[in-house]
Amino acid sequence: MQNYVWLIPALPFAAFVVTLLLGRWWIKAESHWIPILAMAGSFGLSIAAFIQIRGAEEPVIVRMWQWFSVGSFQVPLAFQIDQLTAVMLLVVTGVGLLIFIYSKGYMHGDPGYYRFFAYMSLFAFSMLLLVLANNYLLLYFGWEAVGLCSYYLIGFFYHKPEAAAAGKKAFIVNRVGDFGFGLGVMLIFVTFGTLDYTGVFAKVAGGAVGHNVLVAIALLLFMGAMGKSAQFPLHVWLPDAMEGPTPVSALIHAATMVTAGVYLVARSSVIFASAPAALLVVGIVGTFTAIFAAVIGMAQNDIKKVLAYSTVSQLGYMFMALGVGAWSGAIFHLVAHAFFKALLFLGAGSVIHSMGGEQDMRCMGGLARRIPVTWITFMTGALALSGVFPFAGFWSKDEILGKNFQAGVYVVWFVGLVAAFITAFYTFRMVFVTFWGKETRSDEKTCALIHESPKSMTWPLILLAVASTVGGFIGLPGSFGVIQRFLEPVFSRASDILGVAEPSVGTLDIVLMVVSLVVALMGMGLAWLIYVRRAQDLPQFFGALFGPVYRVVYNKFYVDEFYAATFVRVAVDGSRSVWHNFDEKVIDGAVHGSAWLWQNWGRVVRPLQTGRVQNYLLGILIGVFVIVTVVVFL
Amino acid sequence: MAPTPADMPIPVDWYLYLSAALFMTGVVGVLTRRNLFIILFSIELMMNAVNLNLVGFSRFHENLTGQNFVLFTMVVAAAEAAVGLAIATALFRNRQTLMVDLFDRMKG
Amino acid sequence: MTDFATQLGFRGLTLLTFLPIAGAVVMLIFMRKRPSAYKATALITSIFTLALAIYLAAKFQTGTSGFQFQENSSWIAGLGISYHLGIDGISLLLILLTTLLSVLAILGSWNSIKDRGLAFFISLLVLETGMLGVFVSMDLFLFYVFWEIQLIPMYFIIGIWGGPRRVYAAIKFFLYTFVGSVLMLVAILAIVWWYAKNGGGLTFDILTLQKAGFPVSIAAWSFAAFFIAFAIKVPMFPVHTWLPDAHTEAPTAGSVILAGVLLKMGVYGMIRFCIGFFPQIAVRAILPVLILSVIAIVYGAAMSLVQPDMKRLVAYSSVSHMGFVTAGLFVFNQQGIEGSVLQMVNHGVLTGALFMMVGFFYDRTHTRMISDYGGMAKPMPVAAAFFSLFVLGSLGLPGLNGFVGEFLILIGTFQYAKVFAVIASIGIILGAAYLLWMYQRTMFQQANEKWLTLKDLSAREIVTLVPLVGMAVWIGLYPHTFLNFLHAPAQNILSQVQPYLAEHGGGIAHLAATLFGGN
Repeated sequence: MQNYVWLIPALPFAAFVVTLLLGRWWIKAESHWIPILAMAGSFGLSIAAFIQIRGAEEPVIVRMWQWFSVGSFQVPLAFQIDQLTAVMLLVVTGVGLLIFIYSKGYMHGDPGYYRFFAYMSLFAFSMLLLVLANNYLLLYFGWEAVGLCSYYLIGFFYHKPEAAAAGKKAFIVNRVGDFGFGLGVMLIFVTFGTLDYTGVFAKVAGGAVGHNVLVAIALLLFMGAMGKSAQFPLHVWLPDAMEGPTPVSALIHAATMVTAGVYLVARSSVIFASAPAALLVVGIVGTFTAIFAAVIGMAQNDIKKVLAYSTVSQLGYMFMALGVGAWSGAIFHLVAHAFFKALLFLGAGSVIHSMGGEQDMRCMGGLARRIPVTWITFMTGALALSGVFPFAGFWSKDEILGKNFQAGVYVVWFVGLVAAFITAFYTFRMVFVTFWGKETRSDEKTCALIHESPKSMTWPLILLAVASTVGGFIGLPGSFGVIQRFLEPVFSRASDILGVAEPSVGTLDIVLMVVSLVVALMGMGLAWLIYVRRAQDLPQFFGALFGPVYRVVYNKFYVDEFYAATFVRVAVDGSRSVWHNFDEKVIDGAVHGSAWLWQNWGRVVRPLQTGRVQNYLLGILIGVFVIVTVVVFL
Repeated sequence: MAPTPADMPIPVDWYLYLSAALFMTGVVGVLTRRNLFIILFSIELMMNAVNLNLVGFSRFHENLTGQNFVLFTMVVAAAEAAVGLAIATALFRNRQTLMVDLFDRMKG
Repeated sequence: MTDFATQLGFRGLTLLTFLPIAGAVVMLIFMRKRPSAYKATALITSIFTLALAIYLAAKFQTGTSGFQFQENSSWIAGLGISYHLGIDGISLLLILLTTLLSVLAILGSWNSIKDRGLAFFISLLVLETGMLGVFVSMDLFLFYVFWEIQLIPMYFIIGIWGGPRRVYAAIKFFLYTFVGSVLMLVAILAIVWWYAKNGGGLTFDILTLQKAGFPVSIAAWSFAAFFIAFAIKVPMFPVHTWLPDAHTEAPTAGSVILAGVLLKMGVYGMIRFCIGFFPQIAVRAILPVLILSVIAIVYGAAMSLVQPDMKRLVAYSSVSHMGFVTAGLFVFNQQGIEGSVLQMVNHGVLTGALFMMVGFFYDRTHTRMISDYGGMAKPMPVAAAFFSLFVLGSLGLPGLNGFVGEFLILIGTFQYAKVFAVIASIGIILGAAYLLWMYQRTMFQQANEKWLTLKDLSAREIVTLVPLVGMAVWIGLYPHTFLNFLHAPAQNILSQVQPYLAEHGGGIAHLAATLFGGN
């Protein structure tokens, strides 16, 4: 493993460099080949690494070179492969490969075709770097780099002001989170004297560090995670990020990058387990975000916006799991979510593609017969997201809810259940509004052009649909869980600290499963009642029913407006005011004032310069007289 | 004060009195007269007062350096007179006058 | 000196320092009327200087903290003034930066100077000599002479080839700096006088004076005078207002050199004199300097956020970035000091590059107002790509050089007192905000009709930028090459302040830690 691991990120990076430099003038419309092949290579190597690391007690560490070496601050550029990394590698390269292939069809004919694949490759590199890092600083490197790619790809259609603004917003909001992350990294170094995972975790487990410091570190790291994984109150960037091309939304803003926060917390499980207060915060934020975003998702009309809020909500579920120390449960949901959410996004992309770029669900409808492959695969994803047996989402969501129930936090369990109900509702609202009905609510020209997407787009859909269907079986509850046992070596230390009991399947589990299944079906049923039985009313029905509440939800609880009125305003208007009133008036005023002072002093003494030689001579004479007097007589 | 040399019939004081009187005449001339020529003459007067001092002390100290110096001063004075007159001529050509209080272009 | 070349009497530093001016003389005598010839001569001269600097770097021994390539001959023996040159790792990095940026400044203003080109390129070369002289001088008097020499060509560069308000800016620049220079001169005379009076003999030699051990009464005032002089040059808050004007009005090459090198002379002076001569005062100044630095970081960033003029924006961002540099220097630990010096190089590379880019845009559009731009990525994709790289480096993206310096400084600051690192980190958020906002408004959004026909970067312009990209990536991924030069000098500085740190600085650090620290 030592000798090929570096290739996993290096292949996409090479693809990035080649595509960027040669794409514009040379490769052009064939720009997809190199990135796809590179991704396939990385995927193959990831499988190899996955197989080799299976069951290993200790992580494999591959050192490249010393990055920082200043006094006691020693940070290597080194990779670490353990089971958690292996799972993440598979998700990133596997889902990534499918999305790359899909993009070949989706982005076909775009003037920025080469640019798209170059950025996507750079993203793959950064994400792989993120999961392969063996220390917090390299993780931070990957973390920022994925943020950068996200920035580029959200603003891919840079001529659209909204896209450019959304990219900037994503980067800056993430920076707010990274403010905490960066300070967390510093605090880790100052506390432990190292940034390597192994070194840090050994010292934490050794118990030499004060509890408060650990809580501080954990909370600072979690602040970064909140930014990247779009948790309330830093969730605002993700829905806007849908301005990017749909494959980007699928890969970056659903399957991989946004789960980096979950990865970070899971990776730091030892720290979080030793800081229960921080863990509680993680759970609360996750739970609140899960239901908060789900509620907003009910009122959105843009198909991608629904999926975006759904992603925020599902990420909340993952943090909900982390909050009770269900590390592998969170990772399991991460994997399952990567499958079905990528599928849903790609399906939505296929819908949008067939509709000639239309994203508003109110203009769709009746698409089931027109684009059958998309419909069936989308349906699979929707069932998985809603948590219907036996699709992937059922198992993973149930794992999270069950763990919370077992941990005794019934409030979280209940809120999660409500959120699951809402999830099923908005998912099937989306399905019904988009695919059901007799006709498409759009102009005739668009209707006439509706067509099934090309093979390069449908095949990834089919493969992801298969994964979403059977993927759940890797995480069966209790001791049947393959993924739980696979991840055991990574999380055993954290679980020991928390004292999490050995999993077992009892009657309780079965009951909980049935409950959550019933809740999901109820949500679907409600959606059916509203949107199929009374199809012509659509969301206006809701509007009439709830009125002002609906408006607040539709406007996403005015969080964006709140930020614009407070932070942004303070920063921009405040700075402008300081600039004019302090920098220009006070500081430069003092500078100009001193100049003015000397100018006026000159004006005062200027008359002494009469221009008459005799006056000067008189002055000289008096001067001589005075000096001589002083010297001689004093 | 060193004693007056035996072969010095007129004591050095007298030179100094005369020189001071000449110098002050020159100063008053420079300060009060408006005509550039008169001012130049007055400057010459001051210079010669200094020369007188130098010669007087040279005799008093029986040291020839002072007399040497006077020769230099006279050369300089001659050169100065030449330059001064040239400037005066040039000024007169420009302004048709030599009254110095009218030359106040450098007034601040 | 074991170095072979030195044994042969190879006076590398003299050659390095005066090569540019020799080129200028050749241009002045032989090529008055031939622009292509004098431009080529200027370029070749600066390239040779760069090559010589690289040669010196290759010969440089990184392990030792002493000054290398020393040359010492008597100059004005009666006043104890000698012609004493020498460099350590810190000067070496700044020399490399100076010579590199000089080449690029000449290349970058190849076609943009239409009027009195000969005088312009001669000014640049004289300026280079002045800057190099500052970094190699081991004699206070010599240092002061070079310090003043570089002021004059810069004054002309701003005042003659600048923008509409060039005269105002040039005078402001000159007077501001000169106030500092005069204070410095007084301080120089004071310490030399004290040293002579107390039996050390009349000398301006820096190494000798460093060992003098001035009493607090002399040291405090001299420190203050030196510090003000250098703080103006850096520039630190609140003596920064010359910078936006000077940068905005200066021609591209002027801005590049001004931001890239001249500002660093301030920090260099602080290292050599404020800390080198008066370590006992320096440790007492930690807290005030840190406060001013973090104010500069946040304040500069906030000012950048609202600037309507691209050059002004970059200028204020310099205030912010230089705040990091002074903060890192005065926390007195290995990470802080090395980060600080490295950040000087980074800032030179990145801000120099940003000014260069703005200059390239200005050459085409003749406007610097952000609101006049928009959608430039469409007609000029290559330019937009370069621009984005420098913007990202500047906002501290890992993998590029800005991050390395900034993070080392933050780690250093964090160890000293957490509160300052926290506030400085806010500056980083704002950094992302103002840079990306500018980038969005200039490169992205709806393309401005007027600019759709603009030509993308020419080969010459790309050649100008590529070395800067190379430096940004190199330092970002493998900073070891550069940090290697800094280990020994940093330890040297630390060993100077260490005895006093326990005495005074520790007290303040303790105070700060108890007031603001965590745990």
